[in-house]
Amino acid sequence: MTTHIERASHATDVSRRGFVKGAAGLTFAFSLSGSLVGKLGEALAADGAKLNAWVTIGTDNTITILCPMAEMGQGVLTSLPLILAEELDADWSKVKADFAPPNPKVYGNPHELFKGAQITAASVSVPGYFMPLRMAGAQARKVLIDNVAKQWNVPAEELTTEPSVVVHAKSGRRISYGDIAKFATVADEPPKVTEAELKTPSRFRLIGRKEIGRVDVPSKVNGTARYGIDVQVPDMIYASVLEAPMDGAKVEVLNMADVTAIKGVTKVLPLPFGVAVLGDSVEATRAGRNALKVKWDTSGAAAKAFDSEKSKEEYARQGQDANAKAMDAYKVGDASAALGGAAKIVEATYWSEHCYHAQMEPMNCVAKVAEDGQSAEIWTGSQFNALAAVVIAGVLKTTPDKIKVNSQLLGGGYGRRIWPDAAVQATIISNIVKKPVKLMLTREDDLAAARPRPMTHHVLKAGLDAKGDLVGWYHRLVSENVDAVASPPRFQATGGKDYIGWRGLDQAFYAIPHVLAEAVRETRGMRVHAWRGIGSGYNKFAAESFLDEVAHAKGADPLAIRLELTKDKPRANAVIKAVAEMSEWTRKRAGHALGLAFADYHDTLSAGVAEVSVDRDSGKIKIHNYWIAVDPGLVIQPDNVHAQLESAVIYGLSAALLEQLTVKDGAVQQSNFNDYPVLRMSDVPQIHTRIITTDNPPTGMGEIGVVTVAPAIANAMFQLTGKRLRHLPMSPERVKKALA
Amino acid sequence: MTIALTVNDKAVSVTAEPDTPLLWVLREHLKLTGTKFGCGSGLCGACTVHVDGRAVRSCQIAVSQVQDKKVTTIEGLSPSSSHPLQKAWIAEQVPQCGYCQSGQIMQAAELLAGTKTPTREQIVAHMDGNICRCGTYPRIVRAIERAAREA
Repeated sequence: MTTHIERASHATDVSRRGFVKGAAGLTFAFSLSGSLVGKLGEALAADGAKLNAWVTIGTDNTITILCPMAEMGQGVLTSLPLILAEELDADWSKVKADFAPPNPKVYGNPHELFKGAQITAASVSVPGYFMPLRMAGAQARKVLIDNVAKQWNVPAEELTTEPSVVVHAKSGRRISYGDIAKFATVADEPPKVTEAELKTPSRFRLIGRKEIGRVDVPSKVNGTARYGIDVQVPDMIYASVLEAPMDGAKVEVLNMADVTAIKGVTKVLPLPFGVAVLGDSVEATRAGRNALKVKWDTSGAAAKAFDSEKSKEEYARQGQDANAKAMDAYKVGDASAALGGAAKIVEATYWSEHCYHAQMEPMNCVAKVAEDGQSAEIWTGSQFNALAAVVIAGVLKTTPDKIKVNSQLLGGGYGRRIWPDAAVQATIISNIVKKPVKLMLTREDDLAAARPRPMTHHVLKAGLDAKGDLVGWYHRLVSENVDAVASPPRFQATGGKDYIGWRGLDQAFYAIPHVLAEAVRETRGMRVHAWRGIGSGYNKFAAESFLDEVAHAKGADPLAIRLELTKDKPRANAVIKAVAEMSEWTRKRAGHALGLAFADYHDTLSAGVAEVSVDRDSGKIKIHNYWIAVDPGLVIQPDNVHAQLESAVIYGLSAALLEQLTVKDGAVQQSNFNDYPVLRMSDVPQIHTRIITTDNPPTGMGEIGVVTVAPAIANAMFQLTGKRLRHLPMSPERVKKALA
Repeated sequence: MTIALTVNDKAVSVTAEPDTPLLWVLREHLKLTGTKFGCGSGLCGACTVHVDGRAVRSCQIAVSQVQDKKVTTIEGLSPSSSHPLQKAWIAEQVPQCGYCQSGQIMQAAELLAGTKTPTREQIVAHMDGNICRCGTYPRIVRAIERAAREA
């Protein structure tokens, strides 16, 4: 899929950075994850030193820092450059952040999850780059100091820095970084830096400051922010694609003449992924797309028989079948023996429906394939530009270095923009017509081409001993395997595990002596994908709702059981205590009730409490308040952490209450926001966020807020009504049925 | 056909079919890409602009319908991005992905033009047609309240 490079320890990174003196100032290039100087050399040679520059200090004092990850609203275009700027001791007001090109050798995320792949996902951008970028910033600072020491003939130890200035206190001399860039040179062997030389948090000038805003915000209030859909290139034509209802569907009958008769339509192309309508204007291609009448042959499509309603019977059977092929996802002790010997067994089954990302910017791409079809340039917003380059190279039967990807802002990602399907489609069309093509999907086609969160079924069992202690836990997930579709190389390499879909099946923070979580794979041909919060979104819904059932069975308070189970995990315990305090857990509210859930996600810890009421006539749940406490370790941008929490809670509320994508004969049944509603302002509760700051390494914040929402609501509904809601979304219809 | 219209106080003319949605004329013909395409059906509000001061969904109005009218897009809301809402949007750090925010601001600008200090209920009622998938709603409310306060 992409170039994977072994992860290296931070301490040895230092010696293999390259430094390049450029015309505009001093440019620093380095490799975060390469294992050899030679690899860096190769990477530099491939793209030219300038492209690989991480930091350029201009003689005008401007400092340009590249961001290797995609900006989709999570704030990474600010947070990563800020981390480097901190150790460089840069004047933040003079820092410009820009996107790095796809080049995993230089810019890949060294996080153990991605091992050098340049993908923006899983909330691990800050965790993965935090230490390497600090080391890089510190090293660049040292180069500046060494140059000044030489120039002024003073010991480097006597020099200190203030933002973008090197200071010699003894003589009172000061020189700006821009002035240093005018004469600085870089030794062949760059200066060494160790972690011990990095700033202690008390010396941070930038990290943790509330008043530092996101660099992309000003451009997003006046229309100047440029997304993929905003790109125009000379001589381009437009394309709209009526997306095939499923992979493998072929055009059987098509009213070609009706569509080509439309003014401005220049071509209608039946293609493996749908029918492309090309034309001189977007409105002509839209009109053409709307006039298409297509009969699809789905006989060769893997998903043709899939019906998300009817298949539930089979999913349920797989949940109970002792002979079903199940893979262990998480195992501690001997759960089956523990359940066998338990004095009391609690059992329940749970469901969640497919969810659509509903990113506000429909999928799009501008592609310009060269006349000979051997190279291409594309403009798009993608979470995985490096994958786009590889896949497009495969389409054109060329190599990824022949594909230039121009990164644009993403109008929402949430996992949808990992797979570069629009880029592939635009490339194929451009390669046919040999013209630059701007492909924009309609909302209806964006939905037809959905890569949803999978539909899931859960079977849970818990064993209590004679004292009522929780001694055994069993969780079976029945679902499509997301890795198999979204990350085939990892799926192969792990022997069929599902990193994405199984996330959250573990019970790493609860002291349960015997746990077994296992997964049974369904293969229905659905294009399931990563969706904000990945597996934790549904697995924690089931597990945290079920833990409340266990608490009820043993007569324990939902808060008390979680505090007891986390008593040896102080950070987990602390977020639960915090949210209990924030929500005044023990205070009764007339006609309202509270529900609690705890969740971890890639080392970030959180606990949430929902306050709900319900309209018993309509079945509509109202969320009045949502409290959430989170421990993400060291916080880079506090205001953005609050913003991400608010955002993820609302995303979680939308999924918990409203979102359901259904499938019939392999085709998505919804078409737009009328039949796939997402949460609007009138349904947003008061959201109360608290960050528990610790000196632990920073962990991700983009997704954790999603996870506790659904179980907290379901648990609150039980407190309010005595009825369990075990099926997402908790739509009015389902609530009415449960309360009847 | 050639259609003359006034966009952000400038007279412009475009060659387009009369039934072309104003959205595409703005975005693709006039390169005013701050106005966004979200749903094409008037369901999300990303394409909101002002026509004679009223917030409309530009995907739902034909260019021929605005020929004698004044169209204002996010680019024309203020000459230096200094409309009270724009300043408040920055102060409250509202945008995340930012894609829907032009529409949100134009929708909110209509509210403040008619109601100097809207109540929270008035804000929610006025803004409920605009979807923000990043869930910046709480900050949108705060920013509108701030703009009302500071205008």
